[in-house]
Amino acid sequence: MITQYLFYFLSALAITGAIFVVFTRNPVYSALALIVTFFSIAGHYFLLNSTFLAAVHIIVYSGAIMVLFLYVIMMMNLNLDEEPVKTNFAKFGAVISGCLLMLVLIVALRDAEKMSIQNNISEGLGTVNYLGQVLYKNYLLPFEVSAILFLSGMVGAVLLGKREIQ
Amino acid sequence: MLSTVLIYKALIALGVFAVSLVIAMYSTYGERKIAAFIQDRVGPDRAGPWGILQPLADGGKMFLKEELIPGIANKWLFILGPSISMFVANISSVVIPWARPMVMEDGSTFHFQVSDINIGVLYVFGVVSIGVYGIMIGGWASNNKYSLLGTLRASSQMISYELAMGLSLVALIMTTGSLSLNDIVEKQDADFCNFVYQPLGFLIFIICAFAECNRAPFDLPESESELVGGYHTEFTSMKLGFYLFAEYINMFASSALMATLYFGGYHFPFENELIPSLGENGVRILGFVLLMGKIIFFIFLFMWVRWTIPRFRYDQLMNLGWKSLLPLSILNLVLTGIIMAFTEGWLKF
Repeated sequence: MITQYLFYFLSALAITGAIFVVFTRNPVYSALALIVTFFSIAGHYFLLNSTFLAAVHIIVYSGAIMVLFLYVIMMMNLNLDEEPVKTNFAKFGAVISGCLLMLVLIVALRDAEKMSIQNNISEGLGTVNYLGQVLYKNYLLPFEVSAILFLSGMVGAVLLGKREIQ
Repeated sequence: MLSTVLIYKALIALGVFAVSLVIAMYSTYGERKIAAFIQDRVGPDRAGPWGILQPLADGGKMFLKEELIPGIANKWLFILGPSISMFVANISSVVIPWARPMVMEDGSTFHFQVSDINIGVLYVFGVVSIGVYGIMIGGWASNNKYSLLGTLRASSQMISYELAMGLSLVALIMTTGSLSLNDIVEKQDADFCNFVYQPLGFLIFIICAFAECNRAPFDLPESESELVGGYHTEFTSMKLGFYLFAEYINMFASSALMATLYFGGYHFPFENELIPSLGENGVRILGFVLLMGKIIFFIFLFMWVRWTIPRFRYDQLMNLGWKSLLPLSILNLVLTGIIMAFTEGWLKF
């Protein structure tokens, strides 16, 4: 019962935060609202019994990525009066692409059936042990390849940063 | 009995909260006395015998000072900043086991720990990584360039040192095979303490802990000589008190973590030989007292270093973090892996 109330609370918090991210004019408020959203999503992971994913979500998204976001926003010191003025062409394009997204969503959701999720998941799903077994036994090669992909991305970023200095 | 366990857990939570507040309070006194000793002064000696009422006087002063919120500051975030700092500092000691687990009458084991999360180490990481928000939000909301500079320094410093800290702990997790702090402590029962296996890891961890607590020689976010007070320049009264107090609670929590992770927590040598003479409970209490002793030693180490080593320059801080500690911790990780591969017999020759 309490998980149900928690679910509603976290969902409300996540959606409110997400809406606030889009609608607030101040970029710092926007980033803070995004942090709240990330925390409520981590709470959802906890409710789904995947503690590892929740902890890593907090460490990576709330603890590292959003700190960097806030850092950059505070460094640039974006003010309200310095907000770039968009041309009519850009506004027109934005309206059209928004309508197209709406259309796609309507088409996708129109035929959606209401289905219940079968609760045949094993107890340990989402724990560190289970995740380790799956990642390092069943999906070892894709896991390692994606790690190399991240490494190459990092090396590329460092290289781009170095080139500007020289 | 779920409810009985719940009441006990609530009592432990309250106890941990009280103990960390009292130790943090007397850390301020200890810091002033140790600074005085190192600088050949007397230190506070007027409030009560040997000045032991000094923390109460300081706290009273903090509460009674005028509350000032600058007109240009962002009011809500200005209040939120110190609150987050204090909150995060207090929740980090939740996963630390304080004494030997007790076997109850119905056969279940009772852990002297607020919460036995099976991802204890990751929880600590999460708390450490969100600890910077209190400083960031408060410093930005002050709308003061010194505060902002302190904030930027704090955030980049914390992000840089988190990585090396994490990697040094990964090596520890590899040797233990569990993320739960209970298991990490229990593993050190029969064996040596983890410090014997991970000396380099401990060195990296303690340096990063200094940086994460914003303690000297890494106290650049609040360096008085350049930034007035850094991120808390604009704060007065108990809001300033919260920032300063959170630093001491963080020191307590990281000392407790170091004692738990690397120095056996509540375990001590020859404790199993002492059980017949002292009884189970006597050993339990002795272990708790010794754990507190270890924690107080690490808090003393924090202060000793602060009054001995001068502050780093900012580029030196970044170089140390990224070019020395991070490669060293990766080296430690690889070495641990290689040694484990030989000793655990994963590789057959």
